[in-house]
Amino acid sequence: MSISQPPTSGQRTANKAFRLSTFAFAWLSVALVVYIVCMITWEAIPAFREHGLGFITGTTWDANTGEYGILPEIWGTLYSSLLALLIGTVFGVSVAIFLTEGFLSGGVFALLKALHLQYHPLWGRLPEQLEHLLKNLVELLAAIPSVVYGLWGIFVVIPMIRPVANYLHEALGWFPAFGTPLSGPGLLPASLVLAIMILPTIAAISRDALNAVPNKLREAAYGMAATRWEAILYVILPTSATGLFGAVVLAFGRALGETMALAMLVGNANVISVSLFSPANTLAALLANNFPEAGQKEVGVLMYAALVLLAITLIVNIIGAAILQRASKNLEEVR
Amino acid sequence: MSANIHPSAPSTPTPDTRHLEKSLRNKQSLFSFAMSAVVGMLTILALVPLFSVVLMLFYRGGKSLSFALFYELPPGPMQEGGGFGNAILGTVVMVGIAAAIAVPMGVLAALFLAETAPDSRLAKTVRFCGKVLTGFPSILAGVFAYGAVVLLTGGFSAVAGGVALSILMLPTVMLTAEEALRMVPLKMKEAAIGMGATDFQCVWMVLLPTSLPGILTGVMLAVARAAGETAPLLFTALFSNYWISAGGNVELMQPTASLAVLIYNFSGVPFQNQVELAWAAALVLVLLVLTVNLIGQAISRRRID
Repeated sequence: MSISQPPTSGQRTANKAFRLSTFAFAWLSVALVVYIVCMITWEAIPAFREHGLGFITGTTWDANTGEYGILPEIWGTLYSSLLALLIGTVFGVSVAIFLTEGFLSGGVFALLKALHLQYHPLWGRLPEQLEHLLKNLVELLAAIPSVVYGLWGIFVVIPMIRPVANYLHEALGWFPAFGTPLSGPGLLPASLVLAIMILPTIAAISRDALNAVPNKLREAAYGMAATRWEAILYVILPTSATGLFGAVVLAFGRALGETMALAMLVGNANVISVSLFSPANTLAALLANNFPEAGQKEVGVLMYAALVLLAITLIVNIIGAAILQRASKNLEEVR
Repeated sequence: MSANIHPSAPSTPTPDTRHLEKSLRNKQSLFSFAMSAVVGMLTILALVPLFSVVLMLFYRGGKSLSFALFYELPPGPMQEGGGFGNAILGTVVMVGIAAAIAVPMGVLAALFLAETAPDSRLAKTVRFCGKVLTGFPSILAGVFAYGAVVLLTGGFSAVAGGVALSILMLPTVMLTAEEALRMVPLKMKEAAIGMGATDFQCVWMVLLPTSLPGILTGVMLAVARAAGETAPLLFTALFSNYWISAGGNVELMQPTASLAVLIYNFSGVPFQNQVELAWAAALVLVLLVLTVNLIGQAISRRRID
């Protein structure tokens, strides 16, 4: 037997089987997505035939009379997600700027320099290590399961903001957003917890976008005597704006589909209200609460609601991904 | 100083450099300083919830933590004691089912993306589907498993829960495995092909062993995420107050308890004992998820070294 030999027929077969199986599984993953969409659509068809588009504009949900409508849920989903997005973006982009523009490492370095420790073999690595630690801590926020956030929201957030909310209602009750007292679960606590949950998403994608800004742009701005914040506001943020926007849209997609924290904190009430303190409901929470005990008829209606949620999140996610793709293309031009 | 160096030219005035120095009296610097302070404060504020959650978990969950929690069954509304042994077992079993589905499928699809046909139209479609699944709301994975498994088999089961979780694991496994396979240096692959290895031999003996740490990291991240998911289990595995195994044989086709659903069920009840149990379960769940996460990160750090 020589050292080198052509592949035996067994090896050839194994090779062929391997290539075929990768091909099959690639197709399978595509088929899975198609199957998911088709199945939910298929199950929703009977309810769609019965209720039509009036389902989307209806405002009552009553299994006894067979009257179903999800307008309050759509309203609650959009309201809570947008509110969470507003809070989450402010904090998330701040964290991303803080991490990428060298605030922490610069500050710690200045402190070490004052103590003449900046080149110390141990202390000298502190700026880098602290930045790494902070990045990991923010990512840790994403690792905590949503049901734990829900539990924390019930026992920490609601008791904490309730006095403030009720004071605001008494003092500024004429303002629509403070129109009702906070009796327990409600839109504001749900949105606050939701904001915490989407913050890591925004921070991580914004960090990538800010990191992708070529350093020569920063240097050019500083070279023209811009202060750090002039450089950030007039050069770095506009250059990475598309990427930041993509981060916000993807986070919006996450917020729309988030279930547990909302099911536990939003109050599950079928009302449309502009008040921040009013209980409300969202599509995902509606599914979570009604599916386990649904009869056959209600399952069809719930599938219809799931289809609406699927359509909204799919559109938002595809828009977000497209924006991010354009952002990376734009930056290549800058380079 | 300059007067001492150039005593013969007193007419040259000392250039006034004060306006070049950084001073908070300057409007620009003040603005910059204020913005830095605001961003620093917001960053610290953003971390407050993390510390609050961890603190509360150890304070309220640690209080009632005992060894009995890990092997006793959940208590009734007015009962004392009890535990969540069946929920831990249920979570492990369902995540195991999900991994058994998602890992082979994800890795083989990743091999297609990285090796078999990286630039084909099918590869682009698969990547797109992966991204769609990444942003897929977890509750809809539950809706899908309800329609595909629960309605078909006629009841809530651990298998349905596992299927729902596998849909959430698949994109993480697939996309990180592709990334890991692409990180393998081209020269290693070329060396294998140059020695006459078939594609399969090249993948099996060179690519997979080299990229194993990266693939395992992805699997660990996916497992950690799946273990904490609640929404897809609510109406696929439901909940159960009993052990998943009866008399030695494991019953996969009956409602199954999980830590996450136990926390949800016990969070909204007025019974003190059950609420305390929910906190203890939350502590156990978070520690479990973090451990798996840290193991995954440790594996990938070894790869870089």
